[in-house]
Amino acid sequence: MEIVLIGFSHKTTPVEVREKFCLPKEKIKSFLGELVGLPGVREGLVLSTCNRMEILTAPECDQEGVDRIKGLLAGIGGVAGEELNPYLYIRRGEEAVRHFFRVASSLDSMVVGEPQILGQVKEAYGAAVESKASGLILNKLLHRSFFVAKRVRTETRIANQAVSVSFAAVELAKKILGNLEDKRALLIGAGEMSELAARHLIGQGVREILVTNRTHFRALELAQEFQGRAVPFEDFPEELKNVDIILSSTGASNYIIRAEQLAGVMRARKNRPMFFIDIAVPRDVDPKINAIANVYVYDIDDLQGIVESNLGERKKEARKAEEIVSQGVEAFSRWLSSLDAVPTILDLRNRMEEIRRREVEKTLSLLKGASEDEQKALHLLTTSLINKILHHPISQLKHQDRRGQGQLYVEMTRKIFHLDGDEET
Amino acid sequence: MINLVFFQAALIAYLLGTAVLLAYLITLRKLLSRAGIAALVVGFIIHSLALTWRYIEAGYTPITNLYESLSFFAWSIVGIYLLLYIKYRLDVLAAFISPLAAALMILASIFPKDILPLAPVLRSFWLPLHVTLAFIGNAMFTLAFAAGVMYLIQERQIKSKRIGPFYHRLPSLKVLDDLNYRCLTFGFPLLTLGIITGSVWAESAWGSYWTWDPKETWSLITWFLYAALLHGRLTVGWRGQKAAVLAIVGFVALIFTFLGVNLLLSGLHSYN
Repeated sequence: MEIVLIGFSHKTTPVEVREKFCLPKEKIKSFLGELVGLPGVREGLVLSTCNRMEILTAPECDQEGVDRIKGLLAGIGGVAGEELNPYLYIRRGEEAVRHFFRVASSLDSMVVGEPQILGQVKEAYGAAVESKASGLILNKLLHRSFFVAKRVRTETRIANQAVSVSFAAVELAKKILGNLEDKRALLIGAGEMSELAARHLIGQGVREILVTNRTHFRALELAQEFQGRAVPFEDFPEELKNVDIILSSTGASNYIIRAEQLAGVMRARKNRPMFFIDIAVPRDVDPKINAIANVYVYDIDDLQGIVESNLGERKKEARKAEEIVSQGVEAFSRWLSSLDAVPTILDLRNRMEEIRRREVEKTLSLLKGASEDEQKALHLLTTSLINKILHHPISQLKHQDRRGQGQLYVEMTRKIFHLDGDEET
Repeated sequence: MINLVFFQAALIAYLLGTAVLLAYLITLRKLLSRAGIAALVVGFIIHSLALTWRYIEAGYTPITNLYESLSFFAWSIVGIYLLLYIKYRLDVLAAFISPLAAALMILASIFPKDILPLAPVLRSFWLPLHVTLAFIGNAMFTLAFAAGVMYLIQERQIKSKRIGPFYHRLPSLKVLDDLNYRCLTFGFPLLTLGIITGSVWAESAWGSYWTWDPKETWSLITWFLYAALLHGRLTVGWRGQKAAVLAIVGFVALIFTFLGVNLLLSGLHSYN
């Protein structure tokens, strides 16, 4: 019994490809349905965020099954299977478990220590449960992953780095624009990371924050919070020439700021530098704008690059976290292999019980005139005989499970007691 | 001669400063930057003494041959840097200036150092005035050049998103661009005055305001380059990368005017 994980993430896939797989909830549910409908796939779970896609299945999947899943996946994003291949990774067994625990603990995230991933994993779990796509094994896996994630958060300090992307953005702004005190910023859209960056900017003394949002009410709210000014969404292009920093994180699936708009803006600004911080996936700002002189565009991948360059300290905490993950993987693997012992133990008991009953019937038919009590005593004798005989073998089976030798003993037991053949042969 | 001893001592101080500042560039330890700049200050003081002593020993302003000119140039670069330090506090810039000064000094020591009697045409108050103005202007342009180089390095990193070791060590693009601009606005009038005083002096010494002597010609070319840069900055927003590149181009013209002409071409200016 093996868990199989197929997926891709920001580590293996550029943002242009990831953009195609940002699935809304309904699509995930239907994807789940198709997934468990595939032959050989009994349980399934899909984790889909804009930085990764992880598909879990159990029990094990042969190559054909894997290919079918790959095909399904490619279909969802509207790309051909071969296109997707270079970006996919496939993990099996313990490696799959380890990878998934790392993902849930934010160790595989763009910003190690970020808090959103756990919520996203919980949502994925909820969807799988609702669709009845997950079963005994994946449920246990998910529960354990929550446990591991919680340990990582509380026992290590990697969560302290959660705000890094926002911080890196502000540090960059200072490296480009110098002192921020006479600069203006424009916040387009909303979201935890961009609002955090805006707050950082205010902390650095930025002169004014303009806020715009498709929902003007939201813009007004944020403007009040930042003591800035709200701008109607249709009018924001007009304000571009007045701001030095643009923070964008809308849910738009296309670019909301295009290269053609910038030429006029830079002229009006007399080439004063501009910095675009594009946290959105799919991206809001046309990346071609970065080619313009005195304009700088950083998307979420780029910001992560900056964060990476500040690694150092984080490595220590990450090592602690990996240790916690290893412990979780071990515990889960033990549980998984114990699943093997239980049916065998049951089979063993059943087989012995069968033998006992038949022999007792045979003897009772020979002993004509045995009283009720005598019959009972016979049953009792044989039952307790079997229990005593089986006591050690069964406890050994359970014990070896805990020491990780479960499979070996299970196999031997099945062979020795001939549990897989007919009792007569 | 004592001035030579001071010269060597100043050179040693600059070399020491260079070593320490290089270490600072690598480790980013504050202590090293302070030590390096201190070495620069000490070197500057000794260097000033060297110039003063030579002035006393020679009886004229020591800017008449290649040795003296290069020494004076190095001195003015360090001096201007230290002056700017009051406002700009750019420790990293010292790591560029210190080796530059040391290199100029080493270059100077190749040329003959003897104190010769002053050629009659040079015995005039115009000598210190014209040459000093020109040299201080040059020093400012040298700093603009350094700022330009640093700007291009930093800009390349930020633009290409490959953050290397320089990112953290170099100041912001804004500061570097400002420095470039500031040096330009001070250097240009000085250069202008330098050319004008030279011209007036030429009239009184050789009877003509302008003779298209190679040095004069190249000074004019350099002047036009910087004038264009200043104009572009003020009117069409030539800032950032463009300004940095032009500061470097202007500097090349400057070096040619200063050294190249003397070494490669001949004319009225080449009695050294």
